[in-house]
Amino acid sequence: MYHRFDAIVVGAGGAGLMAAMQLARTPGIRTAVISKLYPTRSHTGAAQGGIGAALGNLEEDYPEWHTFDTVKGGDYLVDQDAADIMCHEAVESVYELEHYGLPFSRTPEGKIDQRRFGGHTRNFGEAPVRRSCFAADRTGHMILQTLYQQCIKREVEFYSEFQLLDLIISEGVCCGLVVLNIKDGEIHIFHAKAILFATGGFGRAWKITSNALSNTGDGVAIAFRRGIPLEDMELYQFHPTGVYKLGILLTEGARGEGGILRNNDGERFTERYAPTLLDLAPRDMVSRFIYQEVKEGRGINGSDFVHLDLTHLGADVVENKLPDLADFVRVYLGVDPVRELIPIQPTAHYAMGGIPTDVDGRVLMDESNTVLPGFYAAGECACVSVHGANRLGTNSLVDIVVFGRRAGKHMAAYVQEAPFTELPRTPDDEARQQVSALLSRERGESAPEIRETLQEEMMDKVSVVRSEQTLQSARKTVHELQARFAQVAIQDRQTWYNSELLETLEVGYLLDLSESIIAGALARQESRGGHYREDYPERDDTNFLRHSFVYNTPDGLRIAHKPVNISKFEPKERKY
Amino acid sequence: MQVQCKIRRYNPTQDKKPYFSVYEVRMEPTDRVLDLLNEIKWKLDGTLTYRRSCAHGVCGSDAMRINGRNRLACKVLVRDIGQKMTIEPMMGFAVLRDLVVDMEPFFEKYKAVKPYLVNDDPAPVTERLQTPEERAAYDDTTKCILCAACTTACPPFWSNPDFVGPAALVNAHRFIFDSRDKAGAERADVISGREGVWRCRTVFNCTDACPRGIQVTNVMEEVKRKLLYDRA
Ligand SMILES: Cc1cc2nc3c(=O)[nH]c(=O)nc-3n(C[C@H](O)[C@H](O)[C@H](O)COP(=O)(O)OP(=O)(O)OC[C@H]3O[C@@H](n4cnc5c(N)ncnc54)[C@H](O)[C@@H]3O)c2cc1C
Ligand code: SF4
Ligand code: FES
Repeated sequence: MYHRFDAIVVGAGGAGLMAAMQLARTPGIRTAVISKLYPTRSHTGAAQGGIGAALGNLEEDYPEWHTFDTVKGGDYLVDQDAADIMCHEAVESVYELEHYGLPFSRTPEGKIDQRRFGGHTRNFGEAPVRRSCFAADRTGHMILQTLYQQCIKREVEFYSEFQLLDLIISEGVCCGLVVLNIKDGEIHIFHAKAILFATGGFGRAWKITSNALSNTGDGVAIAFRRGIPLEDMELYQFHPTGVYKLGILLTEGARGEGGILRNNDGERFTERYAPTLLDLAPRDMVSRFIYQEVKEGRGINGSDFVHLDLTHLGADVVENKLPDLADFVRVYLGVDPVRELIPIQPTAHYAMGGIPTDVDGRVLMDESNTVLPGFYAAGECACVSVHGANRLGTNSLVDIVVFGRRAGKHMAAYVQEAPFTELPRTPDDEARQQVSALLSRERGESAPEIRETLQEEMMDKVSVVRSEQTLQSARKTVHELQARFAQVAIQDRQTWYNSELLETLEVGYLLDLSESIIAGALARQESRGGHYREDYPERDDTNFLRHSFVYNTPDGLRIAHKPVNISKFEPKERKY
Repeated sequence: MQVQCKIRRYNPTQDKKPYFSVYEVRMEPTDRVLDLLNEIKWKLDGTLTYRRSCAHGVCGSDAMRINGRNRLACKVLVRDIGQKMTIEPMMGFAVLRDLVVDMEPFFEKYKAVKPYLVNDDPAPVTERLQTPEERAAYDDTTKCILCAACTTACPPFWSNPDFVGPAALVNAHRFIFDSRDKAGAERADVISGREGVWRCRTVFNCTDACPRGIQVTNVMEEVKRKLLYDRA
């Protein structure tokens, strides 16, 4: 089936819906939102902690301080002009959300309540500041619900449970999409003047992750296969407090409220590593502290986890400020957080890298900032780059809201000027072949087995600590898995609601993204933010204060570089 | 532990009528029922069809009937169900395939109650103020993840599919009790209409089914009281 819209948004998480709202508010623009999940199932709904904005509701605070923290937190790999825009527009964007009806928690005067969060400080690093605006520990849920509600009010057209298969680029312009209707397996072509990818992250490349089963990086991989380079893929964040073995995230808000990490001796080990910010040091660091404690035998009973201690906070704080966390811990661990310690370990959490864009969400085709007309990306699938080598807590929700908004506004202006580009004759050929090959192959490799091996390999060799040796070995495995994947077979031959088919395609995306992550990690021979190389333990500004771009070429992956924008703060050693 | 799991299967494009598949699997007692479904799909039978995403009870994808009660598969542990398990799709909506039901009518009901903030006064430069007490009045109903467990456990809904159902009313409550909202009579008209809140017979199935611990039946009572009060 053929459809034609002025603008199409792929992905109905916070980034996609924020963009859709801007398009919907501009009269006369025909917009569709396509999502493989019903919008409110998107992973934005899992975000707990909050959204950072220097409202200054409880104490003095300025966007400038927020920018500084973002840059320093990102180990100076942040593009400072972009971070500055983000931190300034965070303020009006949060008010916009409040006006849409977002039920923020409130101060006694009725203003939006704010709390502390890792790495957010007053006056350029002096002391923690209350900057994270929150709605109990359901901030992402409330952003997602509120934006979806407003989209309903504005009668935005949704194609839910439609899965993107391919991107159509013709004559150097992005002009359409190939999409599968999950329900009946029919393949649709969407023709548009402008397309936004807001397809989220890819934490499912690792075994222990806070990410949803559907976070398989589809948009990022599809763009990559279509020749778009990916930026800073090696920079992936491990969040320190995942539920042991399950990876479910326990919000940093728990430490914001005063929670403490303890090793097997009951010691608050962050005192030794980050004497000022302690448990609220940035995530990459705290994850490494845990790794170090475990390595030196101070994990709980010598095992590979430590404890999060909330027992001194009192039932009132735990039940009222962290109700969802308390619920998770009770349901999945049978532990009462008011009285007992919680076993935690670092969990794969957030992609700093992704599809390169400018500050209006326009996708860049190369390291010299050439724009691909008609193609936009925003949210976790994109790399602006405002997170550099390590994202601060609360800054992803800021990113999706600010850059979703900017991309939406830019698209709204663009589609009013731009013509439709003609589609190639059979733009869905490749996608159809891919699908029919899977539906017809009788015997072959199992996708779940390939995925499991990939996830274990990525966890062992490409996580908190890496080295030339672990990376080379992981690269070899991924290549073997890619070869096996070419022979993958599925059991389900139906076209009607075939979830096995879609899961299998997703394994292919994870493999290609893992390959690009490893390539970036091998090339970055230094340690910076979320990327720690045992064999190069120091940050190396002389050689590596630059973004990496990885290209998918017929002869394999190619790495190129782009300078970092350093317009405000000179790089310094990162101490907390 | 060894678990025997009976799952109701149906593909309306292939099967004349639903049937059960029986699977034997070894699981850890602390595994989620969703882990068990994944184990079956990934190791035994790739055709088994269900929805899932977050795997920790926040996205609302995987509500289903587990031993006769509506639960999120990712939010109950195998040990809490036991060694014999029967899993069926939610009742009241058409089955698309196996455990997947058609959610379109559910979302239509949701949309019918105007589930969004209505306030056309010019917005201030900063936030609209709301006291912590005002905010608390609708806190419970902000938790809803639209999983449909309540609506599909509701006997009045089973006997009358046009009833908007508890989930839609929970979301109406979310706005009725929000001090910033001005929809007033407009929304009240929908929920006090023929297929609105008065169909509720306080069976309490919805409260039992809600994975978010929302006091659904109380919520309905609050809505009823508010309608009566405003009318008086
Ligand atoms: C547990 C957890 C807690 C977090 N807490 C915080 C926090 O407190 N503060 C903070 O700032 N950040 C937090 N984050 C990070 C933040 O929530 C995410 O980075 C952000 O929500 C991503 O939003 P998004 O709109 O980019 O993508 P998502 O919300 O993931 O949405 C992706 C969308 O793309 C669609 N999609 C994907 N692939 C396809 C396809 N092939 N076809 C069609 N549609 C597709 C999906 O259906 C979905 O609608 C947290 C993350 C996790 C996992
Ligand atoms: S009220 Fe509870 S059971 Fe009903 S849809 Fe919402 S979360 Fe699900
Ligand atoms: S998978 Fe998200 S609620 Fe169960």
